[in-house]
Amino acid sequence: MLRYFIARIGQSLLLFVGVIFLVFGMVRMTGDPASLMMSRNATPAEVAAFREAMGFDRPISVQFVSWITKVLHGDLGDSLHFRSPALPLVLQRLPATVELAAFGLLIAILISLPIGLIGGSHPGSLLDSVGRFIALLGQSIPDFWLGLILILIFAQHLGWFPVFGNDQLSSVVLPGFVLGMPVMGELTRLTRSAVLEVRGEDYIRTAYSKGLNPSTIYVNHLLRNVTISLVSVIGVEFGYMLGGSIYIETIYAWPGMGQLLGQAVGWFDFTLVQAITIFVSLVVIALNLLTDLAYALLDPRIRHG
Amino acid sequence: MDKALSIRPDDNLLSKERTLKNQLGYIGGLLWRDRSGVIGMLIFLSVVFAALFAPFITKYDPLAVDFEHSKLPPAWQQGGNFEHLLGTDDLGRDMFSRIIYSARVSLFVSFIGALIASILGVGLGLIAGYVGGRMDAIIMAPVNLVLSLPYLLFVVFIATVLGRSLLNVILIFGITNSPIFARLTRGEVLRIRESAYVESAVSAGARFWRILLIHILPNLIGPLITLATFQVSAMIFYEAGLGFIGLSVPPSVPSWGNMLADGRSYLSSYPWLTTFPGLAIVYTSLGMNLLGDWLRDVFDPKLRRSRR
Repeated sequence: MLRYFIARIGQSLLLFVGVIFLVFGMVRMTGDPASLMMSRNATPAEVAAFREAMGFDRPISVQFVSWITKVLHGDLGDSLHFRSPALPLVLQRLPATVELAAFGLLIAILISLPIGLIGGSHPGSLLDSVGRFIALLGQSIPDFWLGLILILIFAQHLGWFPVFGNDQLSSVVLPGFVLGMPVMGELTRLTRSAVLEVRGEDYIRTAYSKGLNPSTIYVNHLLRNVTISLVSVIGVEFGYMLGGSIYIETIYAWPGMGQLLGQAVGWFDFTLVQAITIFVSLVVIALNLLTDLAYALLDPRIRHG
Repeated sequence: MDKALSIRPDDNLLSKERTLKNQLGYIGGLLWRDRSGVIGMLIFLSVVFAALFAPFITKYDPLAVDFEHSKLPPAWQQGGNFEHLLGTDDLGRDMFSRIIYSARVSLFVSFIGALIASILGVGLGLIAGYVGGRMDAIIMAPVNLVLSLPYLLFVVFIATVLGRSLLNVILIFGITNSPIFARLTRGEVLRIRESAYVESAVSAGARFWRILLIHILPNLIGPLITLATFQVSAMIFYEAGLGFIGLSVPPSVPSWGNMLADGRSYLSSYPWLTTFPGLAIVYTSLGMNLLGDWLRDVFDPKLRRSRR
C-alpha cells in the first residue's frame, strides 16, 4: 500500500515536470519567445533588449533549468497586461472557479445518479431510453451555446436569475448548471453501466440466493460498489470543470480563472495564459492523485492487492 | 456433386465473397433495426451533403454584405421573409447560407484533424504495443502526459502561441488528439499480439511491418472507427469553442464558432444570430454521437449478441 502511494506520488511529480517541459517546448518551437512575451506594439530594439534580459540568447538547456527553477519557486512571469506577477492574479481567481465547479458537480450528481440508477436497474425500459437521451443531450450541446440560450430564456425573458456576475446567491445557478451538463451526461452513462455490471456479479446472486431482502441488497451490495466506481471519476471530472470553465465564465462574467483566461487571450497576454495553463495542470494532476489514493483506500481489492 | 470433394480454389473464393456480403448485409440489418443508428447516419450524411453542395443549396454568397437587408429576423417572425429563411446578420449576410457553408470548416477541420490524429496515434500505438520494452516506455510517457492534462486549456494555450489560421487549428487537433488513438491502439495490440494467428505469422517468418499492417491493423478497424467518430464530434465542439473566443479560423471565414462570437453581442436584440449556429452544432454533434454509440455496439461482439 505504502509502496503504491509513493510510486503514485512520484509519478505525479514526473507528470508535473513533464507539463513544465511541454509548455517550455511549445513556446520555444514558435522560434522567438521574446516577441510572444512582449506586447504587440513593442519596437524591435525593445524586443532585442528584452531577449537579452530574459536570457533567450543562452543555450536551451541552461534556459530550461532556469525556467523550471523559476516555476518551482512560484514565479510564472509577469502578466503583460497587468504588469505584475501572473501567479497571484490566477490564485485570486481560484475561489470563484472552485465555487462554480463545486455547484456544477453537485447538480450533475443530483441529476445523473437517479437517472443512471433507474436506467441500470431497468435496462431497455422507457425510463432508461429517456435517461440515455438526456445523457446524450448533455454531451451534445456545446456549453458556450447553452449558456447563451439559458441567459435568453431564464434571465431575459423570465427574469428568474441574474444575467451576469456573482454578486447574488442565485447567480451561480445558470453557469453552474451549464458547466455541470457534460459531466452529468458522463456520470449518467457511468452510473448506468456500473449498475449493469454490478448486477451481474456473483456476490449479488449469492445475496439473493441466501434470501436477503432485495432493498438490503440494493443498498449494501449494489450501491456501495457503484459508489466506488463513481468516486474514481468524480475527482477527474472536477479537474475537468476547473480547466473547462473558460466559455461559461466569459459568458456569465463570472470572476474566476476561466474569465481571466478568456480576457488574457483577448489581450494577447501570453504569460498570463501560460500561468493559468501551468497552474490548472498542477491542480488537475493533484486531483487525479488524490482520487487514485482515495480509490485505493476505499476499495479493499486494491488496498490488499 | 459431393460437398467434401469441392475443394477447387474458385469455391473458396466464392464462399469468402459470400461471407463478406453476409457481413455487410448483417451490419446493414443491424443499422436498420437500430433506429438511433439510422438517425445518426442520416444526420451525418445530411451535414456532409450540405458541406459538399453548399453552392447548390443556397443562392447567397455567405460573405456578401447587404446593409439594406441587415438584421432581418427568420421568415416565420414578423418582418422576416422567405428570401432569407433564417434571417440576416448585422452586416446583412444570409444566415442560412452562412450556416450551410460553415459545415465545410467544421467537417474539414474535424475530419482532417481526426485523420492526422489517427495516423500518428495508430503508428505510435502499433510500435509501442508490438515492440514493447523501452520503446513502449519512450512512446507512452508523452502520450500519458498529454492525456492527463486539462485538454481545453492546452488547446487554448497552443492556439494563443501559434495564432489563428485554418492550418494551425487542424495541426493542433491532429497532434493533440493522437495520444488517445495511440493508447487505444497499444491496448488492442497488446491483446492481439498474443493470439495464435500472430504467433503463426511470426513463426512462418513474416516481416515486422507485414505482421503489423496485415495481421494486427485490420483487427483494430472497428474500435478505431468508433473512436474517430467520437473524436470528430469532439473536434467540431472544440473548433466552434475556439472560434467563439477568437482563436480558430480567421473571422472572415464563415464557421459556426465565429458566427456565435459575432451573434453574442446581439443576444438580446437579434437572438437568431446565436440560436441557429448553435442548433447546427447540436444537430451535427448529436448525429455523430448517435452514430458513434451505434458503431460501438456493432463492433463490440459482446454487446452485439445482446442486441440481436
